[in-house]
Amino acid sequence: MNIQQNTVSENNFEQCIKCTICTVYCPVAAVNPDYPGPKQAGPDGERLRLKQPGFFDSALKYCLNCKRCEVACPSNVRIGDIIQSARIKYGPRKNTSLRNFVLANTDLVGSLATPFAPVVNSVVALKPVRFMMDKVMAIDHRRVFPKYAHGTFTSWYNKHAAAAQAAFPKQVSYFHGCYVNYNNPQLGKDLIRIMNALGYGVRLLDREKCCGVALISNGLYNQARRQAKINLKSIREAVTDRDLDVITTSSTCTFTLRDEYPHLLELQNDDVRDRIELATRYLYRLIRSGQGNLKFKEGAPLRVAYHTPCHMEKMGWANYSIELLRMIPGVELVVLDSQCCGIAGTYGFKKENYRTSQAVGESLFRQIEESGADVVATDCETCKWQIEMSTSKPCEHPLTILASRLA
Amino acid sequence: MNAVYDVIIVGGGATGAGVARDCALRGIKVLLLERSDISTGATGRNHGLLHSGARYAVTDHESAVECIKENRILRKIAAHCVEETDGLFISLPEDGLEYQTVFVEACRKAGIRADVIDPQEAKRLEPAANPSLIGAVRVPDGAVDPFRLTASNILDAKAHGAEVRTYMEVTELIREQDRIVGVKAYDYHARTEETFYAQVVVNAGGIWGHGIAAKAGITVNMLPAKGALLIFGHRVNNLVLNRCRKPADADILVPGDTISLIGTTSSKVPFEEVDNMIVTPAEVDLLLREGEKLSPILAQTRILRAYAGVRPLVASDDDPSGRTVSRGIVLLDHAQRDGMQGFITITGGKLMTYRLMAEWTTDLICKKIGVKEVCRTAEIPLPGSAESKEEVEKKIRNRPITQRRSSISRHGAMAVEIDSENSLKNSLVCECEEVSVGEVEYAMEHLGVNNLIDLRRRTRVGMGTCQGELCACRAAGLMGKKDPVCARKAKADLASFLNERWKGMAPIAWGDTLRESEYTTWVYQGVCGLSDETTKIAVK
Repeated sequence: MNIQQNTVSENNFEQCIKCTICTVYCPVAAVNPDYPGPKQAGPDGERLRLKQPGFFDSALKYCLNCKRCEVACPSNVRIGDIIQSARIKYGPRKNTSLRNFVLANTDLVGSLATPFAPVVNSVVALKPVRFMMDKVMAIDHRRVFPKYAHGTFTSWYNKHAAAAQAAFPKQVSYFHGCYVNYNNPQLGKDLIRIMNALGYGVRLLDREKCCGVALISNGLYNQARRQAKINLKSIREAVTDRDLDVITTSSTCTFTLRDEYPHLLELQNDDVRDRIELATRYLYRLIRSGQGNLKFKEGAPLRVAYHTPCHMEKMGWANYSIELLRMIPGVELVVLDSQCCGIAGTYGFKKENYRTSQAVGESLFRQIEESGADVVATDCETCKWQIEMSTSKPCEHPLTILASRLA
Repeated sequence: MNAVYDVIIVGGGATGAGVARDCALRGIKVLLLERSDISTGATGRNHGLLHSGARYAVTDHESAVECIKENRILRKIAAHCVEETDGLFISLPEDGLEYQTVFVEACRKAGIRADVIDPQEAKRLEPAANPSLIGAVRVPDGAVDPFRLTASNILDAKAHGAEVRTYMEVTELIREQDRIVGVKAYDYHARTEETFYAQVVVNAGGIWGHGIAAKAGITVNMLPAKGALLIFGHRVNNLVLNRCRKPADADILVPGDTISLIGTTSSKVPFEEVDNMIVTPAEVDLLLREGEKLSPILAQTRILRAYAGVRPLVASDDDPSGRTVSRGIVLLDHAQRDGMQGFITITGGKLMTYRLMAEWTTDLICKKIGVKEVCRTAEIPLPGSAESKEEVEKKIRNRPITQRRSSISRHGAMAVEIDSENSLKNSLVCECEEVSVGEVEYAMEHLGVNNLIDLRRRTRVGMGTCQGELCACRAAGLMGKKDPVCARKAKADLASFLNERWKGMAPIAWGDTLRESEYTTWVYQGVCGLSDETTKIAVK
């Protein structure tokens, strides 16, 4: 019996003891009866799929990939990964509708939209246009689209910042992601301002593609793998060749680069994984270890409610953002219950998911309204869109709030 | 109440059920008596391998020919009990390739398709096979579910007028001079004894047939041979894996439904032990050690449980020493053999040949009672097997896909009869095996379920990774709803179900299986207060 006793199966799902805690924590199972829940869709379903791939249940598409099941699991079963991998392995090969293609290709659509941002933003906001998108593409007409920036972050950086940044003796690499590049260049600028205040110059990766999270969730796995390879190559150049850490301002990009690459796309990143960091965590650790200090100006009292994005919960890093916000004089921080806002990237844009999406987020929205906060802070851009659309409060990145209070 | 029949069959394994069906189809008035539930003996305690006959080709040509013929018949008449997986006989470096030549030749002689395939191709076909294999032969092996097969035979027998009574133990064979004229049987539910008369009594008791024959003062020289197997938590392989060498211990890995199983060992056991087979650590070691050679991943795969069955091997009549053992079919007409009229013993053989055994037996019965009808069991599909899975699936599109396909694989066309009217009926009792409330109710109504363990054999409730953790209490609730029983009895049933599950886990209780069983104990004993009856110490 020695053969067995000291081994752990490669089949991670075998560690499930059916306690069902995952299903209790699943935000979707609670509101959508068509979703069988993580236990059944994950470990239980995997057994059936191994028997015969025909047991693949298309209801797996309702999984938000929030990974809250994995956080809840006391047996270390990677339930969310099992479900997403099953979609990759057994799901329909060609499920790339026009809508999924458009939603998934944040890079392509972003670079097409930013030159014409003022026009695109006002057209997409028009009722008849939203009605048409609903009918033709099944993108829910009630969904408010994020606004595109007029000009990308990278073009601004190359024109106005690159030279100055290179002059700093200490450097850090920045994976800006699609959101900063196409929708909110200001966040990238805020990060640069903060890093500069600490004596760090910010440089971009040689080549950066969308991390691929939306491609994965929309079934475009080959493209996701191609882009991931490009990103890993750039990250390796930064980490290995230049000995630079790579930081990001999006919790989901960070999580995808660190964990989804090896788990779902089967791309090993052990050599660089620990050097890919979320900006708030990086900053907090710099400051705490005495390697830098930020000077703040006196500001009016500001009540900030922090929302923990799902992938932040999965990484276990929410406290870094929370503690960083607490350092700001005048900020009174309320930490909201950690729960899914419901949007899950492109999920909530889809007509068939709109109701689920809003039902999942409902108790969060209520808590935000009752919090008395002036502003909500969160590290995830899609959470921001959802919160701004579904509540009366503005929502900002912690670093945007922090930068606005820098002396 | 003294009922009169043409035939009484003692034993509700595959053979007894097969004889009951064959008799009923030929218009013979038949009663089947089983002391426990159907398929509780060797029928339900083997590999569930749909032999192509290849395993016997070299050593026992006759058995091999029988197997391949029955293999083809079962694919047709028992389609819903069979998985047409095919099998590989792999040669490892230590086996060499000499046997392969002999093997292939013998298969061809027996009429068994045996294709020598390239080792690379074999590894592609079956990634779980030992990658160091140097040769492979593909044969038409498969998997057969013995519980479904037996239940389906019983269903058809009943549909054609047979009476089937389980939990009836034959206590006495009624003898008038040199003739057996009936039996006395004890009813475990009513706690009464009943007497039945018939022109012919058939002893189909498997290893227990030894004792049944003894009641007529007849000796059938049986040798109980224990065979232990291990069940792995999920499908490891999709083709049956065999070693291409002289048949030995633990050299068959069969994918069956959601799991894979490795077996068997072979050891003589005394008759006193056949009612309570316990798998020993030495057997577990042997199964793992040898199993790992077939498929190295087994060393790291979670084991669900261990179990053992007893083969009813029969010593040849012309060898009173009992040394010459036949694995072939043994049909004994005791009128000829022992001068005892009206009594037949059918034994030996194997699950694969149950139908042929039934055919021979029924032919003999017909001769004795003057019935002219011929056997049709090789042509008429069993209930559930008349339609293809695809056709059945079209009729029940409303059910969730996993549930739909699971129920079709268990019940074939009969899955249509499962109530799926509303979400309550579709809600799951057993989550591992996707058994719905509707399916449990169907089994209780139509498949002769008396307790939770019977229910497991009909539906796979409790056969999954959780081994009853989540489903036992739900199923117990449904049992109580159908047939209100006192709390004490329901509790005892639940406890006996859980203890039976634990019995299979005990020999391999380590790792996640141990963790899960501890969790189950905690839930049932700690939270629900199912105390005395669930104490693991009883079997530990």
